Amino acid sequence: MIEVENLHKHFGAKVAVDGVSFTVKKGEVLGFLGPNGAGKSTTMRMVTGFLPATEGRISIGGADIEENEIAAKAKIGYLPEAAPLYSDMTVEDFLKFSAELRGVPAAELDAAVDKAIKTTFLEPVRHQSVDTLSKGYRHRTCFAQSIIHDPEVLILDEPTDGLDPNQKHEVRQLIKRMGETKAIIFSTHILEEVEASCTRAIIIDRGRVIADGTPDELKAKSRNAGSTILTVSGLAGSGIQAELEKLSEASSVEVLESGDDNLKARILPAKGKAGELSSAIYRLCKEKDLNVSELRIDEGRLDELFREITKTDSEA
Amino acid sequence: MLDALKTLILEFAIPTLVVSAIFIAILVFLLPREVRTIFKRELKSYFTSPIAYVLFVVFLGISNTLSFFFTGILEGGEADLFLPYFQYLPWYLVLIAPAVGMRLWSEEQRLGTMELLLTMPIAPWHAILGKYLAAAVVLFGMLVLSFPIVWTINYLGDPDNGVIMAGFVATFFVALCFLAVTSVVSALTRSQLVALLVSVTICMVLWLGGLPNISELLMNMKGGWLIFWPVVKLINVVGLMPHFSELAKGVLGFRDIVFFFTFIAFCLFATSVAIRLRRA
Repeated sequence: MIEVENLHKHFGAKVAVDGVSFTVKKGEVLGFLGPNGAGKSTTMRMVTGFLPATEGRISIGGADIEENEIAAKAKIGYLPEAAPLYSDMTVEDFLKFSAELRGVPAAELDAAVDKAIKTTFLEPVRHQSVDTLSKGYRHRTCFAQSIIHDPEVLILDEPTDGLDPNQKHEVRQLIKRMGETKAIIFSTHILEEVEASCTRAIIIDRGRVIADGTPDELKAKSRNAGSTILTVSGLAGSGIQAELEKLSEASSVEVLESGDDNLKARILPAKGKAGELSSAIYRLCKEKDLNVSELRIDEGRLDELFREITKTDSEA
Repeated sequence: MLDALKTLILEFAIPTLVVSAIFIAILVFLLPREVRTIFKRELKSYFTSPIAYVLFVVFLGISNTLSFFFTGILEGGEADLFLPYFQYLPWYLVLIAPAVGMRLWSEEQRLGTMELLLTMPIAPWHAILGKYLAAAVVLFGMLVLSFPIVWTINYLGDPDNGVIMAGFVATFFVALCFLAVTSVVSALTRSQLVALLVSVTICMVLWLGGLPNISELLMNMKGGWLIFWPVVKLINVVGLMPHFSELAKGVLGFRDIVFFFTFIAFCLFATSVAIRLRRA
C-alpha cells in the first residue's frame, strides 16, 4: 500500500532524511520511533505529498505521489503533528469542509461526518467553534478529518500527543482496530504505544532507519533480552553470586541488590545457552536450598533498545 | 427622489445582479467542486470574523466622507462622478485591497492549516482561485455598498450613469490587481502584518508608477540612475493607471481588459510558485 524507496530530503546543507526505505501493507500498523529531530515528521510530510522529496520514490496504492499527486493524496488520511485547524469554524463545519475536499460524494457527506464524530467521541463539541476547544478535542477534531473519507492509508504524526490517559487508550484501540483493514503509519515518543498497537516498528535516527521489525523482534535485540532476573535469600549475596558465576550457561552476573542474606541479580546467558539458563539457575537454587522469590526471563525492552541504538546522538 | 431610486435600480442594481448571476453560474457550472468548497469556506470566514465588517466600515467611511468633503463634489456643479470620486478610489484601495487579501495565505501558514490544505487531493490552483474569488467578492461587496453616493449624485443632478458604471468597473479591475499582488505576497510570509505592508508598498508603486508625471520623470532619468532602468521600464509597463483611466472614461478597450486579466493570471500563477518555494 505504501512503498517508500531511498527517500532523501535536504534543507540547504542540512540532511534531514538520508535514504529511508520501507513498505507498509494493508493490515499493517507501522510505528515510527526516533529521537526529536530524527526525520520522522519530515518523512511523513514527504509521504503525504506536503514536502517534495530531494530524491527517492513514494508510491501510495500504486500511485506515485509526484507524478500522480491527486490520485495518491485521495487515498491518504493525514493527521499533522500540530493538529492544525481553522479556528473560525465549528467542528461540524470543519469536518464537512474536509470531507468535501477529500472527495466524499455530496449525498454521503452527513453520514461521513456523523461517523467520524462518533468514532472520535466529538459529539459534545459538535457545534462548538474550534477556537474554544480544549487541546484534546482539537487533536481529535483533526484526527476525525483524517479518517472522514475512510482512507486506505492513514498517516498519523503523534496521534496521542496531548491526550489524557483514557483518551490515549481509546486512540490506541482505534488505531489497532483500523489497522486491520488499512495501512497505517504513526509516529510516537511513547514506546508502550508501539507494543500496544503496532504490528511493526522502525526506529529512525539522524535521517536513517536503524532498526526495523515487529515489536517482539526489536525487544529481542536489546542487550538484556534473554537474561534472567533472580531474587533469592538464604545465603550471603556474594556467596550466591560466586555460585552463579560458576554456571557454564551464564556469561556474567550483574548484581542489582546484595545483602548478608539475599541477592537480586541479572544473569546474562552464555552464547547459545539462552534457553537453558533459567532451568540451570533453578536447579542451582534447589541444590543450595535457597528461597527463590523471583525468577523470570527478561524479554528485553523497547526503551532499552531505543536508548542503546540512539545513544551516540545525545552523547556526541 | 423616486426618480433617482428608479435610475439606481435600472442602471445599477440590475447590471450588478446580472454580473452576480453570471459569477454564480460560473462558480456552480464551470468551476470544479473543490474551488467552490474553498471559496465558500473562505467567504464565510470573512464574515465570521470581524475583519470584513471593519473593512466595509473603513472603506465606505473613507471613500464617501473624503469624496464629499475634500474633492468638492458638491461645489463642482457638475454631476460627474469620475473626477472627484473615482480619481481617489484607487488610492484607498491601495490600502484596502491588501487589507482584504493579507490573510489569504499567511493565515494558513500561521495556523499550520497549509499542511492540511496541500495534502488534500486537490490541485494547488483550486485553492488559489477559490481563495482569490472569495476575497474578490468581498471587494465587490464594498463597491456595491458605495451606492449611496451614486444615488446622491442622481438625486442632485442628471449625470451620465454609463460613465459612472465604467468608473466602477475600472476601479474594480484595479482592486482585483491589487488583490492578486497581495495573494502572492501573503503566500511568502506567515505574518499578516508583513503581508499587508509589503503589498501596500507594491500596490503603491504599481499605482504611482502609472501616474503621467511620475512615469515621465522616471523615463527621463539619466546617469547613475540608469542601473534602475529595467525596473523603471517594468513599472512603466505594468503601471495600472493608464489602463484604469481608459476604462474609467467609458472606453471598454479590449487591450486594457486583456492587460488586467493577464496581470491577475500572472499573479495567481506566481502565488502557486511562491507556495511551492515555501515547501521545498
